[in-house]
Amino acid sequence: MTRTLPGRTLLGALLLLGCAGPACAESVVASLSTHRVVVTSTYAGAQLAVFGVIERDGTTVARAGPYDVVVTVRGPPETVVVREKRALGPIWINREDRTFAKVPAYMAVLSSRPLQDFLDGARLQRLGLGLAAVVRDSGASTASSPEDAAFRASLMRLRFEAGLLREEERGVTFLTSGVFQSRIDVPATAPIGNYEVETALFADGALLNRGVTNFEVVKAGFEQLVTEGARERRWLYGLTAVAMSLSFGWLASVLFRRD
Amino acid sequence: MPFDRTSPAARGSPALDIYLPIAELPVNLFLLLGMGLAVGFVSGLFGVGGGFLMTPLLIFVGIPPAIAVASQSAQIAASSFTSVITYWRRKAVDAKLGSVLVGGGFVGTFAGVLFFNAMMRAGQLDLVIVLSYVALFSTVGSLMLVESARTILRQRRTRTVPPRRVPRKRPAYFAWPLRLRFHRSKLYASALPLAGLAFAIAFAGAVLGIGGGFLLIPALIYGFHVPTAVVIGTSSFQIMFTMLAATLLHSVSNGAVDIVLSMLLMLGGVVGAQFGARAGRNLRSDVFRLLLALLVLAVGLRFAVELVVRPDDPFSLSVVERAK
Repeated sequence: MTRTLPGRTLLGALLLLGCAGPACAESVVASLSTHRVVVTSTYAGAQLAVFGVIERDGTTVARAGPYDVVVTVRGPPETVVVREKRALGPIWINREDRTFAKVPAYMAVLSSRPLQDFLDGARLQRLGLGLAAVVRDSGASTASSPEDAAFRASLMRLRFEAGLLREEERGVTFLTSGVFQSRIDVPATAPIGNYEVETALFADGALLNRGVTNFEVVKAGFEQLVTEGARERRWLYGLTAVAMSLSFGWLASVLFRRD
Repeated sequence: MPFDRTSPAARGSPALDIYLPIAELPVNLFLLLGMGLAVGFVSGLFGVGGGFLMTPLLIFVGIPPAIAVASQSAQIAASSFTSVITYWRRKAVDAKLGSVLVGGGFVGTFAGVLFFNAMMRAGQLDLVIVLSYVALFSTVGSLMLVESARTILRQRRTRTVPPRRVPRKRPAYFAWPLRLRFHRSKLYASALPLAGLAFAIAFAGAVLGIGGGFLLIPALIYGFHVPTAVVIGTSSFQIMFTMLAATLLHSVSNGAVDIVLSMLLMLGGVVGAQFGARAGRNLRSDVFRLLLALLVLAVGLRFAVELVVRPDDPFSLSVVERAK
């Protein structure tokens, strides 16, 4: 997983994405509508627009076929445990579990058309594109018994149901043959942290160019104050909570005095 | 219960949502206030803290159990402080008895938070909470139900309220060492069983996010013959101090107290309790005890069902570590 300095995300809105190889003739320039999603008390998720331009250098002849673009968004990596309840006598309790390391907390794959329409399974795996590839890469256990597969499938299913795993096969639309747009939906439950947006450009099933930009989800103002207080000034935070309880309790007794 | 980030609460309509900074999820503002009102009403009605209803409710709407338990303790502290002030004015708090209870209670809270953190690290906190609710609430609820049903039946038979003249045999543990005289409670008994009782209840309180008034009050009445006039005030005194300690210790050791959540619960709870207290004046004490017993039993059974019924989805997901 590419590690990015937070500061880089604040750099200009446009990032020229690097070239894939020496035979590079087309490159893709992608831009996000914002690089900073601010979480406030009324935060209910965010939407980011992605705009991109495909640039051809002068010597390249126009292609007959269309371009394909795959935008992959990966949230901050986290370690998750998938547990399975099984019957133990009359009761159901968590019996089995699998730990998955470095699973992106949020993951979206947006493409101009279904991935399997222009890429075969082996290429998808090698390029690490698509949901299956990402989840496979993050499995902590290398063994792949049928049981492990069930846990992996559950991980994907639970994440999908939570809106933290998205796949949109027509999530990227071309405005003209060289200009595309897409939209990233960040649910409110997606965690704080750095999100990596990778744009990959294909033509005739061949990868032409790929590159990365970022955005971050940050708490601001009061929310940030509370979080930092709870984490770093623990005694002060605890005493504040205590003081709050006492003042509320006292206030109630004054407001609703019955005798 | 898993750390489910797509709870019903999390899916509320955006305009009414408020983002909880520690739980890191948005919840519906009116849902939380409504829950606070409803639980506050019940707590005012029965003179109990209501933590045993609120913590499960919070868990059911998708707040992670650790945050539900820790944040709830601040709310219980607030409501019991209100109650202490009221009873103190009526001189219905036995501060000496209360202090002995608080002494045992502090140790219990400390041990409870340590246990809570150990279970959280082991990933078994959810199971511990569910199992404890089932065991504690089913047992206590059943006992309360039997006791109150008996009272009601006896009254039916005799048609009059019998003056309870049970020959008050002093239990053997009154004579244990460290005997103290508690004037206001007309009690002369060893401090040890009292502190032990407070220890156990405060331990459970810190782990389960309950004040434990519904346990402490009957224990003081039946086990220690504390007069009913001072029992609620004294129990509130003990609960207030142990829950303040729990709030502080949870904040310092696991950072799971969400003060925004606590504050919303307090707002709803304070108002609800006033209405509850008013409604409670017209309630006969035997009916009242029967209802409370049914409520406690219902909470226990609700958790038992969850344990026994085949889950809709046997798989659950929890985040154990996140890159910051």
